[in-house]
Amino acid sequence: MSEPVVLVSARNLRKQFGAVFAARDITVDIHAHSVSGLIGTNGAGKTTFVNMLTGYLKPDQGQIFFDGHEITGRPPREITRMGITRSFQIPQLFDSLTALENVETALGIVGKPLEQAEEILARFELTPFADALAGILPEGVRKLLDIALAMVADPRVLLLDEPTSGVDSSEKFEIMDRIMKIVREAEVTAMFVEHDMEVVRRYSDRVLAFYDGSILAAGAPEEVMRDEKVLEYIIGRPLQAGRPAQAQVVQEGAHA
Amino acid sequence: MKSSSTMHARQRARRPQHALIALVVTLILIALGIGLSTWQFVVVVALSKGLAALGLVLLLRCGLVSFGQGLYYCAGAYAVGMAMSHLGIRDLVPLLLLATVSAAVIAALLGVLLSRYRDIFFAILTLAFTMILYGLLIRNPVLGGSDGFNVQSPTFFLLADGALSRRTMFIITAVVVGVSIWAVQRFLATPMGRLGPAMKDNEIRVEYLGASARRNIFWNYTLAGALAGLGGGLTSFSIGHIDPDLAFWTTSGEFLFIAILGGTRNAYAPFLGAIALELIRSLAFQYVPNSWQIVIGVSMLVIIIFLPGGLISIARLWLRSAARGA
Repeated sequence: MSEPVVLVSARNLRKQFGAVFAARDITVDIHAHSVSGLIGTNGAGKTTFVNMLTGYLKPDQGQIFFDGHEITGRPPREITRMGITRSFQIPQLFDSLTALENVETALGIVGKPLEQAEEILARFELTPFADALAGILPEGVRKLLDIALAMVADPRVLLLDEPTSGVDSSEKFEIMDRIMKIVREAEVTAMFVEHDMEVVRRYSDRVLAFYDGSILAAGAPEEVMRDEKVLEYIIGRPLQAGRPAQAQVVQEGAHA
Repeated sequence: MKSSSTMHARQRARRPQHALIALVVTLILIALGIGLSTWQFVVVVALSKGLAALGLVLLLRCGLVSFGQGLYYCAGAYAVGMAMSHLGIRDLVPLLLLATVSAAVIAALLGVLLSRYRDIFFAILTLAFTMILYGLLIRNPVLGGSDGFNVQSPTFFLLADGALSRRTMFIITAVVVGVSIWAVQRFLATPMGRLGPAMKDNEIRVEYLGASARRNIFWNYTLAGALAGLGGGLTSFSIGHIDPDLAFWTTSGEFLFIAILGGTRNAYAPFLGAIALELIRSLAFQYVPNSWQIVIGVSMLVIIIFLPGGLISIARLWLRSAARGA
C-alpha cells in the first residue's frame, strides 16, 4: 500500500491574543482525501487553527504548507484560489440575494457558467429554496448553502466550522450525510470542527483533539475517544453504546 | 428536482434584451423631447445629472455612500471648458471623451485610497475630496474663480459646421444616455457587476470565494467617476456655463437624492429619478416658489416610506402584475 500523501502541513503554529495562547506550536499533517474531525472545548484553538489555515488569521510563528507550497499569512482570496475553501460557524451568505443568486455570484467569481447554479443547488438538495432570500432561510439550509458556496470552486481542501451547530439534533445526521456524500464524491480532503462526539465518530477518519491551544491527541476516532487525556479534558466521560457523549466544559485549572 | 425545461425557462427569463430595452428607452426619450419641446432643456439637464447618479448607483449597490460624486461631474465639465478654451477643441465627441477619461483618471487615483475605506469613513473622505476641488477652483483665477466661465456650443463632426441646436443636443444626450444604460446593464450582468450587491451583504464571503473586495470597489469607483464626468461634460454643453458649484457638496447630495428617488435596482432607475426630480422642482418652483424645497423634501419622505426601492419599483410592480394578467 502506498504512503498517504500529505496535502496540508502545519509546522509549529503559534497564535497569541494578549496573554491568551490560542495556538501553541501546533504541528500536524493532513492527508489527501481524509476527513478529519476537530474536537475540543470552547477556546481550545480549533477555530483559530482553521482561521490560520484559511488566511483569516496570520500565525505569530510557524509555517503552513499546502501541496508543498507555503501559504502562511496569505490572504483568504489567494488561499481560496489555491484550493482551500471553508464554511463558517455563522453561515456567511449574501442575505439579500436568493439562494440561486448566491450560487450564481460564487460561480461568477470562479469563472464558471451560471447555468451550473441549479445543478449545485440540486446536489445539496436545496432546489426548493432556490428563489428564497438567503437571509430568511432556516439555519440548517443556511449551513448547507454556505457549504455549497465553499464547494463552487471545486476545492481540494474543505474546512467546515461547526457544520451542525444551531441545527436541530434530529437534522444533524441528515445534514452531515448530505455533506459527506458530496465530499466523498468530489474526493475532497475535509476537516470539520464539531462538538457532537457521535457526529465526529461517525463521519471522520481521523480526529484531532485540541486543548488549550495544543493538539492533545490525534488518530482514529475510537482511539482518540478512548484516550485518557481526551476523556478527562474534552469528552468528560466515556462513550456509552448508542448514546452520544456529552462534552463537559473543562474548568480552569482542572488539568494543572 | 426541477425539470431541465423549467431550469432553462428560468434562465431565459433572467436574460433581458438590454440593447433592445435601451434602444426603446432612447427612442421614447427622443420622441418625448421632440414632442414636448419646452421641456427639452429640463430633460437634458436631468439626463446629464442622471449619468452622475448612475455612477452613484454602482457604488450604492456595493454598499458605499458617496458625497463626492460632484467632484467628477465638475471635473468632466471643466475638462470640456478648458479643452475648448485652451486647446481649441470644439467637436463634441473628443470633448466628451476627454471629460469621461479625465474624470476616470482622477477617480482611479483617488480610488486607490478610497477602496480601503467603508461606511462613514468612505462617505466623509469623498466629501472631503470634492470640497478640496471646490476650494481649489474658487481660488484659481485662471479657471474663472468663483464665477467660473462660459462654454461655447460644441460642433458635431457628422453635422455641418456651426453650433448645435437645442433639439440636436437633446437627441445626442438621449443617445449617450441610451448607450450608457446599455453598457451599465451589461456591466451589471458581468461577474464584477453582480458582485456589488454581494459585497454590500458580505465582504468576508466575497474574499472567501476568491475575489478581492477592494479591487472591485476600485473599478466600480472609477466607472462611477467616468459616468459623472460624462454627465458633467453634457451639462456644460446644455447650460453653457461652468462654475465651482458643480463640485460643491450640495451637488453631490442632489445626485444621492436622485439615486434614492429612482432606485438602485438597474441602470434605468437613476434617469427616472433625475427626470422626476427636475419635474417636481420645476412644477414646485412654478406653483409654490417660496416653498419648493418643502415639496422636494416631502416627495423624498413619501418615496422612502412608501417606495423604499425607488420609483423604478413602480415599473417592476406594473410589469409583475402585467405578467400575472397575461
